[in-house]
This record gives sequence, structure tokens and C-alpha cells, in this order.
Amino acid sequence: MARWALGLGEQAMTVMKREMFPLQTSSDIVLARQKVRQWALELRFSLVDQTKLVTAASELARNTLDYGHGGEMTMEIVNGTAKSGLKLTFTDRGPGIPDIEAALKDGFTTGAGMGLGLGGSKRLVNEFSIESEAGKGTKITVVRWK
Amino acid sequence: MERIPILRMGPFLLITIQVDMHDKLALQLQDDVTQRISEWGSYGVLIDISSLEIVDSFIGRMLANIAAMSRVLGAETVVVGMQPAVAITLVELGMSLPGVRTALNVESGMELLYGTLGVRPWGTGNDGNEA
Repeated sequence: MARWALGLGEQAMTVMKREMFPLQTSSDIVLARQKVRQWALELRFSLVDQTKLVTAASELARNTLDYGHGGEMTMEIVNGTAKSGLKLTFTDRGPGIPDIEAALKDGFTTGAGMGLGLGGSKRLVNEFSIESEAGKGTKITVVRWK
Repeated sequence: MERIPILRMGPFLLITIQVDMHDKLALQLQDDVTQRISEWGSYGVLIDISSLEIVDSFIGRMLANIAAMSRVLGAETVVVGMQPAVAITLVELGMSLPGVRTALNVESGMELLYGTLGVRPWGTGNDGNEA
């Protein structure tokens, strides 16, 4: 299994709240965005931070649907050492990402998109990790701290 | 079927996107805009996105596509009303909408279209004729 991470080490994170949502159709992406917005509001993120988080969620949810053939999103409100944040995990059981480094480069795409989804959403969050295994699926985790 | 309305305003098409866009709606809009341009011979397309709380790469691509398709059909596109937080996010995402003309609001977007096309806004001329 391949792993790539920016942050998301083994630091202690306490989960305060958790919910899971299916990502099977394009209207699930709309629902996922609304849920992320709702939780970001609850955490009193600034408008720009909310927008970044919701946009990242939208990109990653679409990837789960388009490349992972569907899966789910887990939302968690987490407490770190001195701050709280929103953690999103996107899981699919699709074909996996053969070359994560390449997939993270802007403009890289195997589909019809612009290749901004992975690299772009990495810039919109504070922590980001990808775990992927050929034929088994992909798990992408992001955290935005308040 | 759900559709985004396209208003005809003289030589221009006016589109206000007020719903959370999903894939089918976006594709339908591309179809509808190109259809209307060719049917009505429109010179310009103004798309108001002031109600959109996010623009992700999917919606960005749709806007770029509409602008490109319209240009091929001889119409200019201006996207107006982007919220500041959306602009910040879009640039950080890596998308600065190349090839899409933008303006702060509907008014300056209309001025831009009139200016580009050298068409005089109706109602502001001195001849008093209705277009």
C-alpha cells in the first residue's frame, strides 16, 4: 500500500462528533457539500475557511465518485492539542491510484477533468493524506484546523 | 426536468445561477446556452454567479466551456458577481478561469459587453428609439 501525507502524523486527536455519508450519485456531492458547510459553521470557521473546506470536500467527493466508482465520506469534529478542526475522510473501493506523486501534480488527470482535484484540494486544507492500494481502493483524509 | 433559466435581453443572454449545481444541470446549461445563441443570434452572454457559495473545478470548467463554446458561435461571455471568498478559494485551487472575462457585478458586466461589442445599451441612446 502506498501512502503520501502532509501532516496527519500520529498526534492525538479526540473525535467529538462523527457522521458518515454515502457518495454514490452526483446529488450526494451536493448533500456532502451542504453537510460540510453546516459543520464548518458550527465550528465557527471564517467565511473564507468555510469556502475552502467546502470546495475541497466537493473536489474530493467528485473524485470518489468519478475515479473510485463511489464510496463514502466520514465527517469528524476533532480536538487536537490546542485547537479544534474538521476532519473529512473519503473512502472508495475503486482501482486505486498507481502513482500518488503524479496524481497530486496540477494538470494530471486520467479522466475528463482538469486535474486540479487532488493537488488543488491539498492547498485548501491544513493536513492531507492519501492511502491507496491497487485494486483495493483509496482513502483520502484531510483536516482543516480552526 | 430542472433547468437554469436563460433570459433574453436584446442581443444578450442573461443567466443567473442560483442553485447548487450538479453535473446534469451544468451539462444542460451548456446545451441550452449554445442553442439559444444560435436561435436568437445573441452577441453576448452574462452569467451571474453571485449566489454561488462555492465554485469548484467542475463548475469552473463549465464556465470556461460555456465561454469557449459561445466564442466559437460569435458571442462574448462575462461572468459576474463572484463572492470574494470564492475568488480566494478558486485561485488557491489553481483555477483562475483563463479565457473567461469577469466583472464585479451585473452592471459592469453589461458595460463590458456593450463596450466589447460596440453596441449601444438601449434606453440610454439619444434617438429615443426602442431597440
